[in-house]
Amino acid sequence: MLRYLARRFIWAVVLFIAVTLVAYVLFFLIPNDPARLVAGKAATDADVKRAAHFLGTDRPFYVQYAKFLDRLIIHQNLGFSFTNRQSVNSIVGNAAPVTASLVFGGAIFWMLLALPIGILSALRPRSLLDRASMTFVLIGISAHPIWIGLIFAYFFGFKLHWTPITGYCDFINPSTECGGPVQWAYHLVLPWATFAILFAALYVRMIRANVLDTMNEDYVRTARAKGAPERLVLRSHILRNALLPVVTMLGMDISLALGGAVFTETVYSLPGLGKAAIFGLNNNDIPTVEGVIVFATLAIIVFNLVVDLLYAWIDPRIRLA
Amino acid sequence: MALLEVRDLKTHFRTDDGIVKAVDGVSFSIEKGETLGIVGESGSGKSVTCLTIMGLNPKRNTISSGEAIFKGENLLTMSSSRLRDIRGDDIAMIFQDPMTSLNPVHRIGAQLVEAIQLHRDVTKKQARARALELLKAVGIPRAERRIDDYPHQFSGGMRQRVMIAMALVNDPDLLIADEPTTALDVTTQAQILTLMTDLQKDFGSAIIVITHDLGVIAEIADDVVVMYAAKIAERAPVANLFKRPHHPYTWGLLGSLPRLDADVERLVQIRGQPPSLLHPPRGCRFHPRCPYVMGVCKTVEPELLPAADERDHVQACHLDVETKDREAAKVLAGTMAEAS
Amino acid sequence: MPAATATNGGARGDELLVVEDLKKHFPVTRGIIFQKQIAAVKAVDGVSFTVRQGETLGVVGESGCGKSTMARCVMRLLDVTGGRIVFDGRDITRLSRSDMRPYRREMMMIFQDPYASLNPRKRVGFIVAEALEVHKMGTEAEIKKRVQELLEVVGLNPEHYNRFPHEFSGGQRQRIGVARALAVNPKLIVCDEPVSALDVSVQAQILNLLKDLQSSFGLTYVFIAHDLNVVRHISDRVMVMYLGHAVEIAPRHDLYVEPKHPYTGALLSAVPIPDPEVGRARRRIVLEGDVPSPINPPSACWFHPRCPRFREGHCDVETPPLTPFGDGHFAACHYPLERWPMTEEEIRHSTRQPVS
Repeated sequence: MLRYLARRFIWAVVLFIAVTLVAYVLFFLIPNDPARLVAGKAATDADVKRAAHFLGTDRPFYVQYAKFLDRLIIHQNLGFSFTNRQSVNSIVGNAAPVTASLVFGGAIFWMLLALPIGILSALRPRSLLDRASMTFVLIGISAHPIWIGLIFAYFFGFKLHWTPITGYCDFINPSTECGGPVQWAYHLVLPWATFAILFAALYVRMIRANVLDTMNEDYVRTARAKGAPERLVLRSHILRNALLPVVTMLGMDISLALGGAVFTETVYSLPGLGKAAIFGLNNNDIPTVEGVIVFATLAIIVFNLVVDLLYAWIDPRIRLA
Repeated sequence: MALLEVRDLKTHFRTDDGIVKAVDGVSFSIEKGETLGIVGESGSGKSVTCLTIMGLNPKRNTISSGEAIFKGENLLTMSSSRLRDIRGDDIAMIFQDPMTSLNPVHRIGAQLVEAIQLHRDVTKKQARARALELLKAVGIPRAERRIDDYPHQFSGGMRQRVMIAMALVNDPDLLIADEPTTALDVTTQAQILTLMTDLQKDFGSAIIVITHDLGVIAEIADDVVVMYAAKIAERAPVANLFKRPHHPYTWGLLGSLPRLDADVERLVQIRGQPPSLLHPPRGCRFHPRCPYVMGVCKTVEPELLPAADERDHVQACHLDVETKDREAAKVLAGTMAEAS
Repeated sequence: MPAATATNGGARGDELLVVEDLKKHFPVTRGIIFQKQIAAVKAVDGVSFTVRQGETLGVVGESGCGKSTMARCVMRLLDVTGGRIVFDGRDITRLSRSDMRPYRREMMMIFQDPYASLNPRKRVGFIVAEALEVHKMGTEAEIKKRVQELLEVVGLNPEHYNRFPHEFSGGQRQRIGVARALAVNPKLIVCDEPVSALDVSVQAQILNLLKDLQSSFGLTYVFIAHDLNVVRHISDRVMVMYLGHAVEIAPRHDLYVEPKHPYTGALLSAVPIPDPEVGRARRRIVLEGDVPSPINPPSACWFHPRCPRFREGHCDVETPPLTPFGDGHFAACHYPLERWPMTEEEIRHSTRQPVS
């Protein structure tokens, strides 16, 4: 077990370096020059040179990367944005909770939706419920989140005035026009629904398939042969096994989404990591983009590690291999 | 009164292609402490017969009829809660593949305790003690340690022993074993068969063994039912079946077995393959493959009638007794040729 | 090490297949970044035998004994860790893929699972013809004709050339497997449990078919099975394997009537006999415990932990060699069985002096 953890940790470090390096390199292949952008439209060559020196972009890229790594690991400082000299730590620090609220809340939303529908569909295959849920799955997977978001925003927000259309409210500080948990949730209802539809559809399909498969397993028949009531068979034998793979999938999907649920954030103007990344890309703002990448990579790595540990804990075949 | 009496059992499955008559009129009985062997090939209906008795067929699309009288009650018509009481308590079942018949994420101790607590009002501690007792009885070494292991930590033979322990934990009157040794190596099979017969002596349960292996039948059965295409072809005490088989299918089965103790040049072949249960052949179901087929066989289904002077020996074939005796002798001689 | 006459370097006259000290080990690795081999699964650990033209060698053993791995090594479907394979006079042990090509025509394999060994998306005609096409053995028309002939030879309707595997029963699928193996006129056919997945009545059909084909086409078989009855029926000589080793090799009659190795005795006494009188009168030798793991096999004699004849200080210290007993009968045991049948009691008390 310890060996397994050590190996995962080392690979995590390697992965981290690889991802951030690749991102850095990609930047240097893009023909735009951040120094020029910063210096302004009326800049002379001398101005641009001074800007470049100030930003540090006149050094070769491996030097820049080394400086970046040094700053990151030793000082936990992600640098300063090229565009507005804001600390990237604070940019990411402000954006991350927004994305986190969206993603985690959305995950709860989609699991609350997918679990009962998936399980019930499997228990009654070919029934009306099953066919209806499969139609839902088809729509949920095919329709683009932006389209869904816009439709929702139009109907529920604009036409029916049930929920606000845009904006984010802080959970704790009622600093801006809104704040506090209720407003926070209220403003996130539509984004959660939009974000969750795609995943709910995917998970309904997966849960249904897993439960259907597990129902045919020999050990379920053994449980029935022992005289166990259906409730016990379902809970202790079918679901306990069928939902194991869902744990890993959940880990992967959440960690991917943490990197920036870009589409949903865009439709609802949520100031999350997706928005920060887009802003940075549009302005060739290496530190901001790198900052988002670093955060996302860390989040994915940590989350996957947690999921691996969890999975090893709940599946004895892995724990005691 | 017999422990279990099955009369005219029928199980039909509704499928997209039509109705599959998996069991189509099967009758037999078993007494306390006896061993009944049900032998047949794939598609003969032997497994479905016992699944029907236990009520383990999928509820939807299954139509069962007939009677299975167990200790005075009809298993096929009783309420599902009463049936669940009996399952695992008075009648227990073990299945073919020990690798997949145990839940991989629960410890075997927990699975045994579950079997006990479903039917007995005992504390967990008491249930665990009983589970340990059974594990020792079936020969699991270091049972005190292994009771908390998971199924994947056991070998195939050991897992089958655990299954047997789980089945016997509530002292059942009847144990149904569906191909209990088919998935095991031959030496492990020998261990398990010996274990089952020893335990039968200790616990006094009746056993129904379902198998395709006539050798296993010869080893442990008292009575034998030969099934073909969802019906019974022949039913007899074991000695009679092997000494004086009276159905061409039984002859075919016996003759097609390569023997350990005899040299045979060419095995008896039953031509063709088992019939479809959607549209079984008219008349005798075996007639398309029978080397002795006559006109009547194609139209009239033979009844299960006693074989001459042998009580308890019934078979369903239109051939006359003399022919049957003659052919039976030939088959036995053929397989016993030059016993070296 | 192999005994004197079992194998000699280089084939003699009509020896089609000579296998010397065949070893196949699968590495078990451990390590955080760099995988280091810490142990090996010794699936096959020194097996030697010969097969003569036209004969059938039966290979019998329980799960984990290495018989399937050995078959795949002989067919060079796996790379060999040690030893030699001489096929038709040529050493094929370490041939490269392209050098092996022409030999693939001469040795074919029939597999166990008729449901898994045929590609469900290909028509039967293609399946049988594939090898012919790979080795360019004829024009398209000639190949088609040959395939139809083959289908007829194995007892199938040649007009079913265009059907898919799922339209056939298990027994028929196995016949297709046989036709596929026969297509290129091989010299050797390795049958890996070809009847284990079939019903008894169908099993008889396939066994008869294999025997008929052998006499019609002069085929040589290596027939692997776990069912001793089946092996007896079809083999000329039989090899018993245990934990990656051959523990006994003998002509068929001798093995079943006068086994020398205690494991063979246990196997023979464990097989259920379809005759209630004989079967129940017979005394069983029931082995204790399970087969040990091939990663950590027992020292010296591989069977010693379960052997009723185990002699401490000898069997766990000195590995018994494959000793000849005359007439091509070899067994690897220090205290071979004096006669057969024996009861368990009799087996425990060997009266002989140690053979080696």
